[in-house]
Amino acid sequence: MYHITIGPRRYHFADLKTLLARASPLRSGDLLAGVAAASAEERVAARYCLADVPLRDFLQHPIIPYEDDEITRLIIDSHDAATFAAVAHLTVGGFRDWLLSDAANPATLAALAPGITPEMAAAVSKLMRNQDLILVARKCRVVTAFRNTQGLPGHMGVRLQPNHPTDDARGIAAAMLDGLLYGAGDAVIGINPATDSPEAIHTMLAMMDEVRLRYAIPTQSCVLTHVTTTLELINRGAPVDLVFQSVAGTERANSGFGINLAVLQEAHDAARSLQRGTVGNNVMYFETGQGSALSAGAHWGADQQTCEARAYAVARHFSPLLVNTVVGFIGPEYLYDGKQIIRAGLEDHFCGKLLGLPMGCDICYTNHAEADQDDMDTLLTLLGTAGIHFIIGVPGADDIMLGYQSTSFHDALYLRELLGLKRAPEFEDWLETMAITRAGRLQAHGQQPPLLGLMETVA
Amino acid sequence: MSVIPFPGAAANPDTITEDSWQALGQHTVARIALGRAGASLPTRETLRFALAHAQARDAVHTPLDSTALAATLTQAGHSVLQVQSAAANRAQYLQRPDLGRRLHPDSRAQLLAQQAGGCDVLFVVGDGLSSLATASHAAPLLAATLPYLAEAGLHVGPVVIASQARVALADEAGECLQARLVVMLLGERPGLSSPDSLGVYLTSAPKVGRMDSERNCISNVRPAGLPYPLAAFKLAWLIRAALQQGSGVALKDGSAAEPGWAALLARSQSALLA
Repeated sequence: MYHITIGPRRYHFADLKTLLARASPLRSGDLLAGVAAASAEERVAARYCLADVPLRDFLQHPIIPYEDDEITRLIIDSHDAATFAAVAHLTVGGFRDWLLSDAANPATLAALAPGITPEMAAAVSKLMRNQDLILVARKCRVVTAFRNTQGLPGHMGVRLQPNHPTDDARGIAAAMLDGLLYGAGDAVIGINPATDSPEAIHTMLAMMDEVRLRYAIPTQSCVLTHVTTTLELINRGAPVDLVFQSVAGTERANSGFGINLAVLQEAHDAARSLQRGTVGNNVMYFETGQGSALSAGAHWGADQQTCEARAYAVARHFSPLLVNTVVGFIGPEYLYDGKQIIRAGLEDHFCGKLLGLPMGCDICYTNHAEADQDDMDTLLTLLGTAGIHFIIGVPGADDIMLGYQSTSFHDALYLRELLGLKRAPEFEDWLETMAITRAGRLQAHGQQPPLLGLMETVA
Repeated sequence: MSVIPFPGAAANPDTITEDSWQALGQHTVARIALGRAGASLPTRETLRFALAHAQARDAVHTPLDSTALAATLTQAGHSVLQVQSAAANRAQYLQRPDLGRRLHPDSRAQLLAQQAGGCDVLFVVGDGLSSLATASHAAPLLAATLPYLAEAGLHVGPVVIASQARVALADEAGECLQARLVVMLLGERPGLSSPDSLGVYLTSAPKVGRMDSERNCISNVRPAGLPYPLAAFKLAWLIRAALQQGSGVALKDGSAAEPGWAALLARSQSALLA
């Protein structure tokens, strides 16, 4: 029980879960769930109480019962008490001050990550303004590798997302080519398939692998299908680089996705055994997003940002190459407008990085959200300054398969030009070899860039 | 969508780097080979995108003109009822999907007061997320479907027009009007290239609390997507099948195996090419 008196009003919060929810910045999903603060004053009252909660309380009082949820068990059982000792004496408010101090530098933050739980990260984020989320995330460095090296200081990757509504091979190849010629695709070339047919997905994997081998592109490919389909395809001998899966922060929500920790472990081990990475062997690609637990009716009364942070406990157990919060995809009943989407994107990036994840963001919105390109430009620029691991690249920001707006190849070039962000070094070298870039900048192409021969691969 | 000419397109070729792979546009409607001004989008592409987004936004936020739609349907010989969901306005509708799934108490009373004695098929026409889709395609789709239902000897109830409606609102309307099957025609979430897609949802033995797995769906009904004659053929097939075996995931759409489908398909394709 937590309480505080402000003037004539006394506020009570029954438990940590309630306190976290009431302290969370306003968003439509928490209103829909009925867990949000009833007034602006109650929200700040909850933050006053939260600031005084000792970090160690989060270990003693799980917000979802240990007996009922394998994610809680993962969080508690894998907690590194030795590294946590460095901040074990702090309250949530004291933790925010420490994160902003010079004591928290890239080395201490990287060492601390295994001692931080998702609930601690979510709690401190609720006391942080946007500038705090940016500044601290920028100090967290996470380097991952497969066929190239990602997350180096001053670098940012792009997932090339060449989707097509009917998975047409030439339609996909045309968008792939467009992206590569715009210098995108170092994080991964990843297709969201329209079908879940294993045969069709096998064909897409084979096509991408053929292109990669023909042009010796130092990157990795992925078809974002269900983990069980990928596992089946690995067993059939398909060229699988990365295993994709959407994950959420409660066992019940993951059941809704048809997954659990055991099947993720099985797929992870299978992909590792293929030894397809050349400079590293991070083989997992996870996607998350605030609201996924609530939309599955599996949020246990917790707020959506805390549930989201718990999904990162699932992700970090498998040392992923990439984690992507698909922030504005879920719609306005969870994140109503540009302000809420921007805040959520910064929170997710901060929490992911603090927990030690290679955190990227699909900076995106749907047409029924109160958001537009200007809001995406704002979030893109903020995440660029915060040191985002990777962003999405879709031709013209218009995903014709999923029907939403993400960031474009041009958007990535804007951020590189503005902030001097470089591509993965191996990929940048390849672009120079192909005369696509010079000194990191796009070159004007001749009439026939050599890469155009790529279309013959799929003809 | 028609292409709006941009007056300055050729005015300053020196500052725009055009892409030499524009021919690849024949393989996809994705926005490829856009060219660049520096590293950024040329003005023409910024405007083209803004126009598509504006049309999608308008489709979401323009209220459905229920009166005009009611007049059209009445003229076509339907008896028409107009109802509201429990969502008070668009902003609330977008944030509270639960309210869009239930009738306003006054509308519920209005439907319960009907003494029609039930029907085989009830059509509910809802605005959903694109009033443009509903206003454009609901009446033509109904007109194309009814002859099949008359041929099958099915009794079609009044058409219910519902504002601020989600799919499940039809369950409550169907329950109030004692329909054996309810068909919801609803504007889908608009994409940049498709602001006017109509979705069709069938639910047998409708009542409050039906799950999505108990429905069948036909999506992207519009002349540039699934044209009316094909959509009507498919819908009539699903209606007959759902009345026999019930709607839901176990009912698989077998309309394309029926005699008649291939001829309709060929006719639609030649109409599109012409």
